[in-house]
Amino acid sequence: MDEVLVEVKRLRKYYFLQRGLFSRRNAVVKAVDGVNLVIRKGETLGLVGESGCGKSTLGRLILRLEDPDEGEVRFEGRDILHLQAEEIRKLRRDIQIIFQDPYSSLNPRRRIDAIIGEPLVIHGVAKGRELEEKVIELMKVVGLRPEQRFLYPHQFSGGQRQRIGIARALALQPKLIIADEPVSSLDVSIQAQIVNLLLDLQSEYRLTYLFISHDLNLIEYVSDWVAVMYLGKIVEYAKQEVIYERPIHPYSEALFSATPSLDPLEKSRRILLEGDVPSPINPPSGCRFHTRCPLRIDLCEKEEPQLKERPNGSLVACHVR
Amino acid sequence: MEKVEAFAELKKNKTAMAGLLLIALLVLLAIIGPSISPHNPLTPDPIHRLQGPSWRHPFGTDSLGRDILSRVIHGSRISIIIGLIAVSISLVPGTILGLLAGFYGRRVDEPIMRFMDIMLAFPAILLAIFITAILGPSLLNTMIAVGIVYIPHYARIVRSTVLSLKEQLFIQAVKALGGSNLRVIALHIFPNTIPPIIVYATLGMGTAVLQAAALGFLGLGAQPPTPEWGAMLSEGRQYIQIAPHVAAFPGMAIFTLVLGFNLFGDGLRDILDPSLR
Amino acid sequence: MKVSLLEIKNLKTYFFTRKGVVKAVDGVDLKIAEGETVGLVGESGCGKTVTALSIMRLIPEPMGRIVEGKILFNGIDLVRASEKEMQKIRGNRISMVFQEPMTSLNPVFKVGLQIAEAIELHQGVSAKEAWERAIEMLRMVGIPSPESRVNDYPHQMSGGMRQRVMIAMALSCHPRLMIADEPTTALDVTIQAQILDLIQRLKEQVRSSILLITHNLGVVAEVAQHVGVMYAGHIVEYGDVISLFRNPKHPYTLGLFQSIPQKRRTKKRDRLRVIPGTVPDLLGLPMGCKFQDRCSHAFKKCREESPQLIEIEHDHQVRCWLYG
Repeated sequence: MDEVLVEVKRLRKYYFLQRGLFSRRNAVVKAVDGVNLVIRKGETLGLVGESGCGKSTLGRLILRLEDPDEGEVRFEGRDILHLQAEEIRKLRRDIQIIFQDPYSSLNPRRRIDAIIGEPLVIHGVAKGRELEEKVIELMKVVGLRPEQRFLYPHQFSGGQRQRIGIARALALQPKLIIADEPVSSLDVSIQAQIVNLLLDLQSEYRLTYLFISHDLNLIEYVSDWVAVMYLGKIVEYAKQEVIYERPIHPYSEALFSATPSLDPLEKSRRILLEGDVPSPINPPSGCRFHTRCPLRIDLCEKEEPQLKERPNGSLVACHVR
Repeated sequence: MEKVEAFAELKKNKTAMAGLLLIALLVLLAIIGPSISPHNPLTPDPIHRLQGPSWRHPFGTDSLGRDILSRVIHGSRISIIIGLIAVSISLVPGTILGLLAGFYGRRVDEPIMRFMDIMLAFPAILLAIFITAILGPSLLNTMIAVGIVYIPHYARIVRSTVLSLKEQLFIQAVKALGGSNLRVIALHIFPNTIPPIIVYATLGMGTAVLQAAALGFLGLGAQPPTPEWGAMLSEGRQYIQIAPHVAAFPGMAIFTLVLGFNLFGDGLRDILDPSLR
Repeated sequence: MKVSLLEIKNLKTYFFTRKGVVKAVDGVDLKIAEGETVGLVGESGCGKTVTALSIMRLIPEPMGRIVEGKILFNGIDLVRASEKEMQKIRGNRISMVFQEPMTSLNPVFKVGLQIAEAIELHQGVSAKEAWERAIEMLRMVGIPSPESRVNDYPHQMSGGMRQRVMIAMALSCHPRLMIADEPTTALDVTIQAQILDLIQRLKEQVRSSILLITHNLGVVAEVAQHVGVMYAGHIVEYGDVISLFRNPKHPYTLGLFQSIPQKRRTKKRDRLRVIPGTVPDLLGLPMGCKFQDRCSHAFKKCREESPQLIEIEHDHQVRCWLYG
């Protein structure tokens, strides 16, 4: 099980905001700033963090929907950042994405069969009768009725639309699926249906997931490994059991403690952080968390901590712990 | 499926239906009109010039004694054709430019849109006069001039629609699937720009007719004796004191046509624009 | 038993649309005692927000209308109150905090002015005094250096800050009841924790009651004393938070709890328990119990007759035929 599928090294992506037509002063958004990660075959890496921490950008960089500024992404050992356009197209068969918003991720003017069949058409995998059969099969796999293929997206509920998105992502039998908040826009009672489907598909097709979410309970449930991201950096990377047993980085600790429990008597020992998440535009110096960290020392402001292995096997970027 | 729904919505929208009714009446008139018009619109009858409305000439006669009703009826065909052709002349290039500018952004966008801005900086009628002056006054050139003047409007609308569509996840999804740019534009972006284009084109029909009439009024459009409404209006202007009906009836015809298209266009916008639902 | 500040009796709020009558709220009973926090939970379209808007009498007319029921607030029936009376109550005795802190503040005015406006309007104090009070309110909701932040425009503040401003505004006239509609849904977890903590603290300070509307069961467990679970326009289960969360009775409530992965309790090998089907379409509701299509216990009676809320233990009511 320990075979590495994706290896990310020193990945960096900055966005330059243009302030105006005649302005030279540009603001830099450091969306992803030197990220190292490993995703193992057949496993799920849960990526957690708050809005604007760069977790979605990281997913899109691995998918090559955007071009990184620097760093390396290896997929099955092969560097995928320096591929020709044609090779990138082929790579699409191996890496797919499921989006958060099932409303805007389906073209409202296309029929369901056209949406699910599109990847097969693009890559010339099937056409005509064969295409139709494959679409029907995919619909059955994700729990849709084949006769629904003649309908349009607006005739489906959010959960069903998400199933359509999953069918489309599965069509080319990818090895890696990036699930970007796949259930967070769905109703609670529907979320479980989709999560179960994703897990069933994983065991059936031996899929690897990069599961991006801000829902820590969900991440705990689906992940084998967990990476915590804060302002463009990974601050902790560990096995799920380990990090949920005892998070080491003060940010992970605060984040985990802030998740409300379902037991009203378990009055959580919440660690309340000071202040807001700083803007990723010109983030704090040194350790990016130092402005809110209850444990900060002088060194944190000056020097950026690197990810280091701890006795329990976790990788943590912190000067204090 | 979707089309059936849109039509049902249309039937419920009173504004749109009123507009559609006016348009239908005028189109019907344009088709069968010439065969029911009481007189030849081109035959002068100097003895009965500038007569007021009567049983024989319900809309009266003009300075050459021609029957105004017949001329208005024949003019409906010309005006509708002007509208259609002028709108297509602005719509096709406008849409293509807008798609390219919006989709490719920056290096393609800047030159296209700056050029459009320059065109927009001229008052529409001035630009149209300028173009007709170069091409020479004629009905066809009027349509071309009016068409060219409105290209930037379509380009802008399509571009802004494309810009918002580009951010939609379904476009990202197609890219993630490995779809080519051509595929994204033709199959995913273009179909979604159609509703706003239809709305704008419908409203544009009215504007085009009005512009063509204005050019006709200035003597740059249809040349006599063609019964074009704008030209008729212009001619009637000289007699406005002694025979106001000469200008009034073509004026009312223009008004009806423009109103019809505007009402219909507004109604269509309500139906097709999902943000208003 | 504490005195109830707000008592909703058989509230029915319907929307008359082209496609038919949407019974968004269809017979809701709810009591909120002085100084108490009541959570109202449910999924989209269950009627929780419409219940709140009914209390504020902010139902968009003429499409929507309160067709039946009473909302007694301190003895006044808000359903029958005139618009003028309501204007005195809104923002003053009952205030509301909305989900989206981005759009519920006017972008062209300073935040201080927006708070001061409410104070001036309802408390009849001078503009200067209202401004001072606005600064005081900002300090109270934990905004650092309120003397300078009072001059900020909404876009200069983060989402969490804006939500604090909204809460400051809502509390500025010391309302008896604050309705908070998904106040933390748009916020990050660490910010959510701050806001929940703030709401808790302020409640002690100004002693107002809170009606907290959310889809997040964890948030309710954290701050509420009583909980109502809504489904398709009905309250299907109501009780004190401990007995309801420890011992949920209604198949829907039970299903909700089981479908959420819980800390260190749910293992990946076991799949989550799911509630089959989809969130109901309010236009095509069945006869009898509204949950029957998704319920694994449904029997004949459920399809024929609508169950009533009945007390199954002290302070715990359920609307289900399984219990009577």
